[in-house]
Amino acid sequence: METVKMIYADNAATTKMSRRAIEAMLPYMADNFANPSSLHSAGQRAKDALEASRETIADCIGASPKEIYFTSGGSEADNQALLSAAAIGAKKGKKHIISTAFEHHAVIHTLEKLEKQGFEVELLDVHSHGNISAEQVAAAIREDTCLVSIMYANNEIGSVLPIADIGRVCRERGVIFHTDAVQAAGHLKINVAEEKIDMLSLSAHKFHGPKGIGVLYCRRGIPLTNLIEGGAQERGKRAGTENLPAIAGMAAALSDACDNLEKNAAKVSALRDRLIVGLSKIPHSALNGDPVNRLPGNVSFCFEGIEGESLLLLLDEVGIEASSGSACTSGSLDPSHVLLAIGRPHEVAHGSLRLSLSEENTDEDVDVMLREIPRVIEYLRGMSPLWQDKLVGKKEFVL
Amino acid sequence: MALYSEKVMDHFKNPRNVGVIENADGVGEVGNAKCGDIMRIYLKIDNGIITDVKFETFGCGSAIASSSMATEMIKGKPVSEALKLSNKAVAEALDGLPAYKMHCSVLAEEAIKSAVKDYYDKNGIAYDPCELSCGETCCPHCNG
Repeated sequence: METVKMIYADNAATTKMSRRAIEAMLPYMADNFANPSSLHSAGQRAKDALEASRETIADCIGASPKEIYFTSGGSEADNQALLSAAAIGAKKGKKHIISTAFEHHAVIHTLEKLEKQGFEVELLDVHSHGNISAEQVAAAIREDTCLVSIMYANNEIGSVLPIADIGRVCRERGVIFHTDAVQAAGHLKINVAEEKIDMLSLSAHKFHGPKGIGVLYCRRGIPLTNLIEGGAQERGKRAGTENLPAIAGMAAALSDACDNLEKNAAKVSALRDRLIVGLSKIPHSALNGDPVNRLPGNVSFCFEGIEGESLLLLLDEVGIEASSGSACTSGSLDPSHVLLAIGRPHEVAHGSLRLSLSEENTDEDVDVMLREIPRVIEYLRGMSPLWQDKLVGKKEFVL
Repeated sequence: MALYSEKVMDHFKNPRNVGVIENADGVGEVGNAKCGDIMRIYLKIDNGIITDVKFETFGCGSAIASSSMATEMIKGKPVSEALKLSNKAVAEALDGLPAYKMHCSVLAEEAIKSAVKDYYDKNGIAYDPCELSCGETCCPHCNG
């Protein structure tokens, strides 16, 4: 069978681990396997490595090492942040939470759980350009607001939110501000102190680190609620023997990403912009998300008259690995809540495509994508009764 | 395990009977854009025999594969036999569909029945409505 060289354009789903991250992990799986809680010297060496990783990560985001808690990933960090802030609020009788309509499910579903416990959740409108303003947050804050949770950058449509402005508003009003920075960490410059962020979630596998490991940054003085009870790891806030190989891999990956942040962002955003310009030429298509404040690697489009899953399967055949917010790819009947939140009608949201790039992508990859994607879309439109009806004027074009 | 069987992928990548029949004897369309799948089937019928069939589909891989397989299964067959084609038979011929994709095979069954109904209506042929309803297997979300 002929093998096609694959172009990986699904880096928002996960990234390939870097050599440096893999090499940073190996010693803690082989010779230095000891438990950081053990008193013997091997254990203490493991403890030193754990704390060195914590320092590296704290440095990368402008935090103090004591504010870094290792978790199993972004979802756990989101859950713990939200439940902790809610518990603090509940003690003071404050049960109003502000978030947005296009958060990750780790946030959305935790908020739904809190609603069932009597919290009032207000989701800010993200408008057609897929962004919000600090003024919207300021206008929504009430006396009984206990938490503002707003993502740093959106995973599907790539919008980067005005986090520093939102942080300032929240600090002035004395409301805890959490941000899900899973898509931003390692790709955008983050400084929790300058941006007045109280809690932040990140996940290693989005920046060439290992899967199953992440961080909850929690500003000193804000008490965390435990999700997992047990030993005294992570200052008693997250039990379980630390996954030292993954933690060391994450620290290496994040420090690498932060050292090369500007260089990578320049390269990746140039590829992104070529794709956006090229795909915009496809008739009845539209870019999703903020066209200006945008993740370096995110390209998200809706194409009228086609369905996303068939597009992905055919792109896979020609060597392009991408993703879609179509219902058929989610296993549910509804397309992505993010695309619906920016006002895309269902029929258009079904025809979405997300290409998420990394610094490993090349100009040649973009050439191939710009050649194949329009061809596949034209083929699918050719057999689409919806498209045919629009062409002859029986149905109206939406885009 | 792959998402789809080899047969589904074959019919998806190389769909049979794609296209339009001008002046078709019966045309049926089911599904809607909101749900993300629309299937349209065209029939050419001579003396009660389906001499040609074409389809157009907006939808996922299994919707396209189900359309392709269903059209192949009724081509050259008497109308009466086409009406007996069940969604399960389409799915089985494709070596199975994932549970949450079974509604694609239901759409194929419904689209054929809808095209035959159109043929009956155009030609003033009396029919038993029960024969043309898809009964309990009807797709629950696409008929809204």
